Amino acid sequence: MTNVTKQVQQLDRVIIRFAGDSGDGMQLTGDRFTQETASFGNDLSTLPNFPAEIRAPAGTLPGVSSFQLHFADHDILTPGDAPDVLVAMNPAALKANLGDLPRGAGLIVNTDEFTKRNLAKVGYAANPLEGEVLAEYRVHALPLTSMTVGALGDFDISKKDAERAKNMFALGLLSWMYNRPTEGTLNFLERKFAKKPEIMKANIAAFQAGWSYGETTEAFSVQYEVRPAEQEPGLYRNITGNVALAYGLVAAGQRSGLPVFLGSYPITPASDILHELSKHKRFGVRTFQAEDEIAAAGAALGASFGGSLGVTTTSGPGIALKSETIGLAVATELPMIVIDVQRAGPSTGLPTKTEQADLLQVLYGRNGEAPVPVVAPQSPSDCFDAALEAARIAVKYRTPVVLLSDGYLANGSEPWLLPDVESLPRIDPEFAAAGQEDFQPFKRDPETLARPWAVPGTPGLEHRIGGLEKADGSGNISYDPDNHDLMTRLRQAKIDGIANDIAPLRVDDPDGARVLVLGWGCTYGSISAAVRRVRRAGGQIAQAHLRHLNPFPANLAEVLRSYDKVVVPEINLGQLALLLRGKYLVDVISYNRMRGLPFKAEELAGVIQDVIDSD
Amino acid sequence: MTELLNGDGALSLVPKTDVKQTAKDFKTDQEVRWCPGCGDYAILAAVQGFLPELGLRRENITFVSGIGCSSRFPYYMNTYGFHSIHGRAPAIATGLAASRPDLSVWVVTGDGDALSIGGNHLIHALRRNVNLKILLFNNRIYGLTKGQYSPTSEVGKITKSTPMGSLDSPFNPISLAIGAEGTFVARTIDSDRKHLQSVLRAAAQHEGTALVEIYQNCNIFNDGAFDPLKDAAVRDDVTVRLEHGEPILFGAERQKALVRGANGGFEVAEAADVDPASIVVHDAHNPDPSQAFALSRLDSPAFEHTPIGIFRQVARPSYDQLMREQMEEAVEQQGPGDLAALLGSGDTWRIG
Repeated sequence: MTNVTKQVQQLDRVIIRFAGDSGDGMQLTGDRFTQETASFGNDLSTLPNFPAEIRAPAGTLPGVSSFQLHFADHDILTPGDAPDVLVAMNPAALKANLGDLPRGAGLIVNTDEFTKRNLAKVGYAANPLEGEVLAEYRVHALPLTSMTVGALGDFDISKKDAERAKNMFALGLLSWMYNRPTEGTLNFLERKFAKKPEIMKANIAAFQAGWSYGETTEAFSVQYEVRPAEQEPGLYRNITGNVALAYGLVAAGQRSGLPVFLGSYPITPASDILHELSKHKRFGVRTFQAEDEIAAAGAALGASFGGSLGVTTTSGPGIALKSETIGLAVATELPMIVIDVQRAGPSTGLPTKTEQADLLQVLYGRNGEAPVPVVAPQSPSDCFDAALEAARIAVKYRTPVVLLSDGYLANGSEPWLLPDVESLPRIDPEFAAAGQEDFQPFKRDPETLARPWAVPGTPGLEHRIGGLEKADGSGNISYDPDNHDLMTRLRQAKIDGIANDIAPLRVDDPDGARVLVLGWGCTYGSISAAVRRVRRAGGQIAQAHLRHLNPFPANLAEVLRSYDKVVVPEINLGQLALLLRGKYLVDVISYNRMRGLPFKAEELAGVIQDVIDSD
Repeated sequence: MTELLNGDGALSLVPKTDVKQTAKDFKTDQEVRWCPGCGDYAILAAVQGFLPELGLRRENITFVSGIGCSSRFPYYMNTYGFHSIHGRAPAIATGLAASRPDLSVWVVTGDGDALSIGGNHLIHALRRNVNLKILLFNNRIYGLTKGQYSPTSEVGKITKSTPMGSLDSPFNPISLAIGAEGTFVARTIDSDRKHLQSVLRAAAQHEGTALVEIYQNCNIFNDGAFDPLKDAAVRDDVTVRLEHGEPILFGAERQKALVRGANGGFEVAEAADVDPASIVVHDAHNPDPSQAFALSRLDSPAFEHTPIGIFRQVARPSYDQLMREQMEEAVEQQGPGDLAALLGSGDTWRIG
């Protein structure tokens, strides 16, 4: 090896996409690079993108799995629109991702996989590495597999195991290119393969070989540097939305003194919340893997009746199956948290891709008038706070609350400034006290309109609840027409009243703009990044983001009417837009795309600019 | 009639009362709205009459029901109660029982509720052995929806929805429960208060899920469905009263006996004609459910010989207990939860 002097080039931000076959370990590679980047102190945002099939046929387009990471020396909001560097481990990964690659982008390709057979599998008549197809990219065509196998010649492992370490070689190379700290990855490999020392050593060797290759070969003349971002002081970790949500539920249990009971049925992409919570039994968290979605919701509600913080998690069609139980929770006025990690539908839809199309379902998808509060987190780490907020509302108002996360937030990650545990809100269950004379299970708190939560085991408060209409106050079955009218209005008024107990909608409008862009949920990052672009180009745009979808903040009508035009981007066909038009008679401009992926900042910036220009 | 397998079993964690209770303590001020003559009245009275024997604090008893005539039951019990969703009572009660070992949790359900719309929840509660006592009121008809055939109606049943007769074979709830790994499976009759209460007593003490099928007469839509078992003239001839450890003899003069047939199932023989040693001895505690299952197959639509009593009663830890043990083990191994430590677990870094 010759000693090569490397140039070091400063960059303010980089977007890397690792792409390969489902079996190539791309998610793990991306995760590791993310951890290295997080510990280095860059701000970052990630977008894992993988097929619903566990192992689609090897080397095919449907089997391609990718992981995109955006990191920068300043705060960033999205996983990035287009990769600066694509790592393609096989022809399928190249073909599936090339379209997203801007001219001039870097391309690292594993040539070992570009065999006639593999090329044919994805419809390449000729090898793209040999023609002019890739002429506009900075291509590094490397035999990653054979270099890995070559580097591991001294290890007592099978050829297959040696080949499988190629992702670590690629990670080592990229880690060198971007000067990432390696200690975390080395520790990780030691832990992961603690029981297979030879495999552990081989993976570490592959990782180091990748690093050394970058350092010594002339093919890579430039090393990049992305300085740490300025971030608020404190202790950080990287966190995905699903883990943040699970932690938020544990925190809600701790801050309320209520044991958490999760009833869940496995479904993508919500299952990780079940997996995570099942690890935290020592916090008094019970997890129950039910026989179906209905039983999962039912068990959660039964636990709530017994004085637990009942939670059920689901996604996609699962939320439809829980509808009847949510209706019962509305009728019985018990606290319950329903987490819907939205995915693209209808029906099975695109199980691993994101969408925001369950909003109307959770608001209105029940028989009868059955209002429920709806809370939506805006970033992966915000899932923690959203879970606490959902618990606060559920317990205080004795109501099921829907938390609308989605596939992008669930699997995406970002650095999280750890909160001070003592600063987290306390939640007081205020159970009904024993020994009351003439206990009235449906006598409401005059302020919140919440009914008492009287749990079994409390002497003197024995009472019966159920789905049949109950008389105001006594809670006895009542078929009285006026009582039903009253109870319907009371249930609605209780939920509407929560508007006075949530923060008013905050508008970011430094320039006195005439156009407002209003979003909810996972689009926060994309919209915010788009707003920055528009402002940098001299445009005036106001931005607001809804966390509460029911009830809306009390000042929403006023905010909407303060602007000439309101743009509402949603990953659905305009569900929030429909609500805003119906409720406030404001003809908002709806922008909709349903590609199973987050919006691109550039795309939204264009949409916003067009609306400003059309003024 | 029943020998307890685990002492206080299911109720060991339920607080007891020193106050003497009577049936009246378990009645509510709500008007009971079943049809006059309905078998549900007898069951309600039997339950209210037997509960004082358990000596449990009333507030630690909860009745959960689904939808149907029988599911109105909780409204008439002066305990905690939850009238829930059609078919879902076992699921809702599972969440309650698994999180509250200090409660005695009862599920009241019917043949449509438990075996049709709620069949899935029933079988899974049984296999998990959740601490639930499930009272399945079987009247072989849909009552509250006014008379359609149910999953226990006999083939060819003429009802509003089956004017030419029903086509589907019925479930045998006992066979189903045994097949679903039930640890306590019994049958009794609404009109035989003494038998009903003895079965309830054993069920209440059972650790895990107890399924009690109660033959219940719907005098409006399926009157007389169980007449052979009730008619004083014939009932002793057709009712096979199961007693653990006793040879299975029945008939007014105990003249009939159960013996093993050539095909491996059971056959009825004249007791006088068979070697007493060949008469089947009922073993409800046998871990192998084959014999209990074979007994459940003695039923026939004509009620020629119908076993009642406890078919199966075996010891297996309840789901709730196992869940509790895991939680205790987690605390033992890792210490009680520390939220700040949890949030800061994994790779962290400090800025500033």
